[in-house]
Amino acid sequence: MASTELTGFLRADGRKGIRNGVIVAYLVECAHHVAREITHPFRERGAQLIGFGGCYPNDYAFRMMRALATHPNTGAVLLVSLGCESFDRGGLQTAIAASGRPVKTLVIQHAGGTRKTIAEGQAWVQKTLADLSAQPRVPMRLNELIVGTVCGGSDATSGITANPGIGRAFDQLVAAGATTIFEETGELIGCEDIMVARAATPELGGILRESVEKAARYYTVLGHGSFAPGNAEGGLTTQEEKSMGAYAKSGASCISGLIRPGEVPRNGGLYLLDVVPDGEVRFGFPNINDNAEIAELIACGSHIILFSTGRGSVVGSAISPVIKVCANPETYRRMREDMDVDAGGILEGRATLVDVGREIFDLTLAVAAGRASASEALGHQEFVLTYKSFEPSGPACHPTYQ
Amino acid sequence: MHDPKLLLLDPADNVLVAIQTIEAGDTLTVCSQRVNVPARLTLGHKLAARAIRAGEKILKYRVAIGSATRDIAVGEHVHLHNMKSDYLPTYTREKGNQYGQH
Repeated sequence: MASTELTGFLRADGRKGIRNGVIVAYLVECAHHVAREITHPFRERGAQLIGFGGCYPNDYAFRMMRALATHPNTGAVLLVSLGCESFDRGGLQTAIAASGRPVKTLVIQHAGGTRKTIAEGQAWVQKTLADLSAQPRVPMRLNELIVGTVCGGSDATSGITANPGIGRAFDQLVAAGATTIFEETGELIGCEDIMVARAATPELGGILRESVEKAARYYTVLGHGSFAPGNAEGGLTTQEEKSMGAYAKSGASCISGLIRPGEVPRNGGLYLLDVVPDGEVRFGFPNINDNAEIAELIACGSHIILFSTGRGSVVGSAISPVIKVCANPETYRRMREDMDVDAGGILEGRATLVDVGREIFDLTLAVAAGRASASEALGHQEFVLTYKSFEPSGPACHPTYQ
Repeated sequence: MHDPKLLLLDPADNVLVAIQTIEAGDTLTVCSQRVNVPARLTLGHKLAARAIRAGEKILKYRVAIGSATRDIAVGEHVHLHNMKSDYLPTYTREKGNQYGQH
């Protein structure tokens, strides 16, 4: 384990990346096709597509795009604008240039339309990929690594195999100095007291409780239920037991802080990502699917995502590799190519929780060292970003920074 | 020691999780005791790992997921008939909108 030698790409802000991709980013849906065509021939050589579809301005979307474009796994960025959308392309270009990364902006209306922009963009991506391949790797330590976790396509096995297995791996990562992030406050309803007891300070405990209460209010307005009768048939008894199944991914470490999308935690430890917008309910569901949550974890600096699934999700992500931890042994046998870890072995006496936790920990280090995860090898590069509104977090959210 | 059909998620827990279907009439080892299971239990359901007193917290993942509403014997099924939420009442289909209060 400790013998796995990590190396990374050193960025101007001192962070290190475990990948070195060229990110092609469309700044409105109207530029999506052109950006996709630019990326397509290079998609197996490190070019990846991200973007924001909206035409109207949104601070959250800008901060997310800036965080992703200056993420340590991002080596260079090509911005593709139609020309008349409201996204602050100049501000984004300036922020990327200030981060020391190669960056170029193409404006389709100025470049002369679809074909000319695609040709110009492809020429830039080709040259930039060649330039990036000459960048050296430097030694990287575990306390420079950030790992996020999410669950999707959950079933009755998720809470007893994959999620507690990820929790064990999180405990090992935190003990080794790494930073870990869990999220989805809406799935933590009923865990408030348990979480508060794990907070680094009483003040942070109060903030964690408020974040779950905010999620409960938000989901109530949206008419989104929590404990369904089917849950009891699957053996679950109470709201707190159901939430614990998801919460088990966080392990047992002290909770060091609460972060908002785009805020990068420092100093190692375990952080809760508050994904529910502030203020009145606007723009619909906080996260419309698993990839919206993954994009936020990556915007908080996650180099790797540990994804727990029972029914069998296949998604990966742009920018950071996704490791699939499959909770259900039947799903694993049916969709083996898409899975990285067979946590369901716990149900068949082939493994213990301790074994699965260690396997996830070891694989996390191997993927950090360059091994492709299953979704990465299959070419998955899903990405989605929608409208949201957040207030910045206050100093009490980060008691360990003082 | 426990039967391999049962999973102890944390050493502090007082319940075990069935990781395979356990048929009515099966005899299982729970905490080195032989226990007869009177009714079928499916994946995800819980059994008492030791005797639990009424009012005691039910511990799973080392945390309280509710409390016992009556004394529960070792090996007994732990579900809505003998435990309740400390957080909010559980809605069940059978009880309709009366909620699963005992």
